[in-house]
Amino acid sequence: MAEVFVLAEHRQGELREVSLELLTLASDLGDKVTAVLLGSGTDEFANRCANFADRVLYVDDVMFSNFNASAYQAALSELIKKEKPKTVLIGNTVQGVDLIGSLGVELDVPFTTDAIAIQMEGDKPAVTRQYYGGKINGAVEFKDSEMYLIGVREAAAPAGEGGKSGEIVKVENPVTVEITARRFLEYVEAQVGEVDITQSATLVSVGRGIREDKNIPMMEELAGLLGADLSASRAVVDAGWLPQDRQVGISGKTVKPKLYLAVGISGAFQHVTGMKGSELVVAINKDPDAPIFQYADYGIVDDLFKVVPALIEKLKETKG
Amino acid sequence: MNIVVCVKQVPDTSDPDTEVHIDSTGRGVDESKFSFVINDADNYAVEEAIRLKEKHGGEVTVVNIGPEGANQVIRMALAKGGNSAIRLFDEKFAFSDIVATARILHSAIKDLSYDIVMTGCMASDDGFAAVGVTLAQMLGIPHAAMVKHVEVIDEKKLKVGRELEGGLMEMLEIEIPCLLTIQTGINEPRYASFKGIREASKKEIKLMDLSAAGLGDDMVGEAGSVAVMKQYSVPEVGELAEMLEGDAGETSTKLAQILKEKGLV
Repeated sequence: MAEVFVLAEHRQGELREVSLELLTLASDLGDKVTAVLLGSGTDEFANRCANFADRVLYVDDVMFSNFNASAYQAALSELIKKEKPKTVLIGNTVQGVDLIGSLGVELDVPFTTDAIAIQMEGDKPAVTRQYYGGKINGAVEFKDSEMYLIGVREAAAPAGEGGKSGEIVKVENPVTVEITARRFLEYVEAQVGEVDITQSATLVSVGRGIREDKNIPMMEELAGLLGADLSASRAVVDAGWLPQDRQVGISGKTVKPKLYLAVGISGAFQHVTGMKGSELVVAINKDPDAPIFQYADYGIVDDLFKVVPALIEKLKETKG
Repeated sequence: MNIVVCVKQVPDTSDPDTEVHIDSTGRGVDESKFSFVINDADNYAVEEAIRLKEKHGGEVTVVNIGPEGANQVIRMALAKGGNSAIRLFDEKFAFSDIVATARILHSAIKDLSYDIVMTGCMASDDGFAAVGVTLAQMLGIPHAAMVKHVEVIDEKKLKVGRELEGGLMEMLEIEIPCLLTIQTGINEPRYASFKGIREASKKEIKLMDLSAAGLGDDMVGEAGSVAVMKQYSVPEVGELAEMLEGDAGETSTKLAQILKEKGLV
């Protein structure tokens, strides 16, 4: 029987959605789905996972109150070696990428990261992942093995309804030594700025395509005419052109404005994840193949330095 | 504080204007129109390594896997403050996956004296975000991925912050020696000085091929990989945006009209 292990992910008292997405996906990859939950006093998460799994392996130990890659790896490698699932799925999240490579080497199994789709070819999973910031897909073939480890992109496929009622099996913590190599200290919340872009009704969002920070005032003028706040992709924030509280995407804010006007943003998934819930999306970009156009309602393929000044003039006329 | 920093040269495809086209082999892309740059996250890793060296002393060794053209990226890291450099290259390295790539880096780094090994958190071309963590396991040292804060506590420990979803920072303590994968935005990378560039041009870049690395044919490239990219394809496009056609005057007029109709202006 082909068993699929899914690592449940939780943080600050919440089971992260990616856990349920992966459990849903796992049903297509094997005939037995096992959620692995490393937590502390997280019975509620075990119950929720049981809704999506045939079995929940639950290690309840203070060692797992907060994520620690060294502790997780030690526990997971023991559980996996003992139970020998065919496939192990881990979310390709900030937690997952801290774990997959080292676990793959320790287990000596074929692995890859950031899968956006998995197909079974016989009893072997085949992975589709993206290259060049989502501009190209690649088909990845594993070397034959008894077991495969796959990092799966968050929100690559939606979580289903659940409806299973898997058995919750409490497992003794297989890690009997103290983990000293790495120690969790605390979480530090992101700083709150003067504008909360998650509350903005309209956003003009700028990306690397604006080229230089001296072009920010032009974008501010456009935003002003639309009654919008200015937000940005990671590249713009990294460059220091706008403060971090304006960043949209996985490591920034998730926004749902009435209008999201993306200027010079190519639309890598890290960004799109944070804005795809917007009501109306308009994208201006020079590259017709930019992924952002897949998430936009209206698109303009042109040089933003031609379109934005023209749009500013039109809006001025419209407003009279 | 001796630091090894791994740098990769990549096509500058993070520019939204750059188009990527699959070549006739189906396993490569047309590079003729690319300009090549240091991978964005690696640039921040180089800066972080040099800042730690300036504050705590020690040496920075730059390690790269790449063809001769990658010397440009290596020399820039040397010009900013790197002390020495190793470039690994062999035709047989082509199509190396995460494991084979980490193994090649490991072959050069394992014999160096280091307190911290740094890599960028992700390369913009293959997007694995895994080579650093894989390398850490091969070196037998602890790691932290997606690091956006580094502080030296003492000779034995670092305090580091990992940037999580939503901008939350996870602070942790990690024993030295360790490997950190560096997230973009951790610092403001400097520009190399003219003097630095001149001095870097005279420094020797140590070259290592397959045999110098002590590796066999079956340990690198496709043969040494466990997950091989076999075929590129153009992503299936979902429902595309309605494209507004015409010159900038026309498209901006249409867009202003649409926004007005929808009550957004």
